[in-house]
Amino acid sequence: MNQFLTLLLNGLSLGCIYALIAIGFVVVFKATRVLNFAHGSILLLGAYVVGRTHESLGFWLAALCGIAAAAIAAALVELVIMRRVRGADLGTLAILTLGVDILMLTELSRRIGTDVLTTGAPWGSDVVEVAGLRIPESRVIAAGVAVVLVAGFAAAFKFSDWGIAMRSAAEDGETASLMGIRLSRVALTAWALAGALAAIAGLFLASFPSPGIDAQVGLVALAAIPAWVLGGFDSIPGAIVGGLIIGVVASMSAGYQNDLLFLGRGLGDVAPYAVMLLVLLVRPSGLFGSREVTRV
Amino acid sequence: MSERLGAIARSRVARAVWWAAVVVVALALPLYLESFWLQTALFAMAAVIGAIGLTLLVGIAGQLSLGHAFFVAIGAYGYAYLSGAEARGAEGASGLGLPPLVALVAAVLLAGLAGALFSPIAGRLRGIYLGLASLGLVFLGQHILFNATSLTGGFNGRDVEPFSLLGFTFANNDPDELEILGVDYGALERLWYLGLALMAFAWWYAHNLVAGRPGRAMAAMRDSEVAGAVMGVDVTRYKAAAFTLSSMYAGLGGVLMALAFGRIVPDSFGLLLSIDFLVMIVIGGIGSVGGAVVGAVFVTALPLVLNRYSDSLPLLAEPGSGGIAAPEFSRIVYGLAIILVLLFAREGIGGLGRRLLAPLSRDRRLPSAEPPRTTPPSDVKESVT
Repeated sequence: MNQFLTLLLNGLSLGCIYALIAIGFVVVFKATRVLNFAHGSILLLGAYVVGRTHESLGFWLAALCGIAAAAIAAALVELVIMRRVRGADLGTLAILTLGVDILMLTELSRRIGTDVLTTGAPWGSDVVEVAGLRIPESRVIAAGVAVVLVAGFAAAFKFSDWGIAMRSAAEDGETASLMGIRLSRVALTAWALAGALAAIAGLFLASFPSPGIDAQVGLVALAAIPAWVLGGFDSIPGAIVGGLIIGVVASMSAGYQNDLLFLGRGLGDVAPYAVMLLVLLVRPSGLFGSREVTRV
Repeated sequence: MSERLGAIARSRVARAVWWAAVVVVALALPLYLESFWLQTALFAMAAVIGAIGLTLLVGIAGQLSLGHAFFVAIGAYGYAYLSGAEARGAEGASGLGLPPLVALVAAVLLAGLAGALFSPIAGRLRGIYLGLASLGLVFLGQHILFNATSLTGGFNGRDVEPFSLLGFTFANNDPDELEILGVDYGALERLWYLGLALMAFAWWYAHNLVAGRPGRAMAAMRDSEVAGAVMGVDVTRYKAAAFTLSSMYAGLGGVLMALAFGRIVPDSFGLLLSIDFLVMIVIGGIGSVGGAVVGAVFVTALPLVLNRYSDSLPLLAEPGSGGIAAPEFSRIVYGLAIILVLLFAREGIGGLGRRLLAPLSRDRRLPSAEPPRTTPPSDVKESVT
């Protein structure tokens, strides 16, 4: 029972991190209809900047730099590249981001080389013990930060001018732009926001219990893709629920691996994708995604 | 009038001569190429077959798939398992010991079967959802390849039985020393012809398919599912058929890839391969069979060639010294090629070539008259409102 609860809590906190990444996917998709495969390397860029600067700047300033760097990089991708091909079909846009991802990932992994950078986070490898359950402190903080961010984000989305502009742009771009909403600015903020969220997620992903920042961290953003798809492409609540589900599934399937040996080793990596396929089979638009409506 | 007919006849003759020259050169090349180029060409041929399959699915039928590597793996491992001898040694993977030709056909059918089994999902999903669902297949496939050790050999992979036909083996032996015009015909030289034959078949089939009724039906489905259905296209059936056919192409490409490698490991069939295939058809010019060929050759040969000639490229650093070495350089060229082609030459390298060559051919002044390419309406545009 104890093991179960520990795995559940670990899974939920991991799920919070996935949710942050998945929200980035959703926001970019809603604003610009782009499936952003460069998300992983933007996340890695944020973590890398933190890893390189925390010794001279101290953790908090370094974290700020990392988040800013990721946000600026994402905004630049939109400004320099994606803006030129607005309105192209989904496949073209997705493959374009793949190209960006290849460039960034190559350069970052070359710079990281064989080093394993640490984030220098003050919580280090401490472990919190609650009612006999041991959870890494970094994960507790990650969950807290994620909850605060998501709540703030939801409020901003609902009440602020920016949120209204964003929602109306996603609802009907043409009408929104006739109403005086600058679509290009909405798109730019969406990308920057996604980059910032990715950097925060990357910071926690590279903290204990993970070994540190290496080129593999960028691949973890891929693990958030099932969370995104599971929730539905264009739904922020969906991204959160999807993130939590995938986090728990990954944590459980890794934790009970020895009892599930007949399914093979390394189950934790593949179970999220299996869950995604099963959910899509039953609900082709994910849990919260808008249904496809065909108008003639 | 008769002048025009004469021009057509002349251009037909010119075409025939051109094709004959291509065939002769292709047949004679193993006499001159060293083994590095033959090996590279074999990988490229395998990629060409797979890429043609993917361009039929994505470009013609309009179904985005990131799962192509999964079906390539089924072809490769299917062939290795079906043709492999009984378990050799302790860690050897088992096999059924079927004749190679039977194993080849069965492996292709197996890949097609896997595609058909996935098509109920594919039929329900559209566009982007399908693309990402098929991404799941790649990870599932990797998991199986790593764990089903008795079939796949697990992490260390398994050997592939050489192909043979009517007593002629496509390997270094049997017939042992085959010499043609003073050139020793080993495994690579022999496989070259097998690859050529398979590739020609794949091209011919795809070409006819696209030009014929099924190709038109699939294109109609791509442009608008509703309009296609109204015109009498059985959308569910054609989607399933497109997926199955593309998987069979992937399977055939996988068999050739397995033969070219000689030993296959799961890492070769991961997400990167799926992405490579997608990039091949996009930078070649999506929806064009010729473009898929160009793209496949470019993507496959680029890293191999750069690696080989890294010494003579002055800007490149030694691997591991921290500078930009050949592997990184080839990734950068690869990434840049994707971005530049999509930004500035959306019709791909194939289209670019046609545009450049157009002024040279007299009887085809098409490109200027060609209507601007309209992007197919994205499914999601209608849906997510």
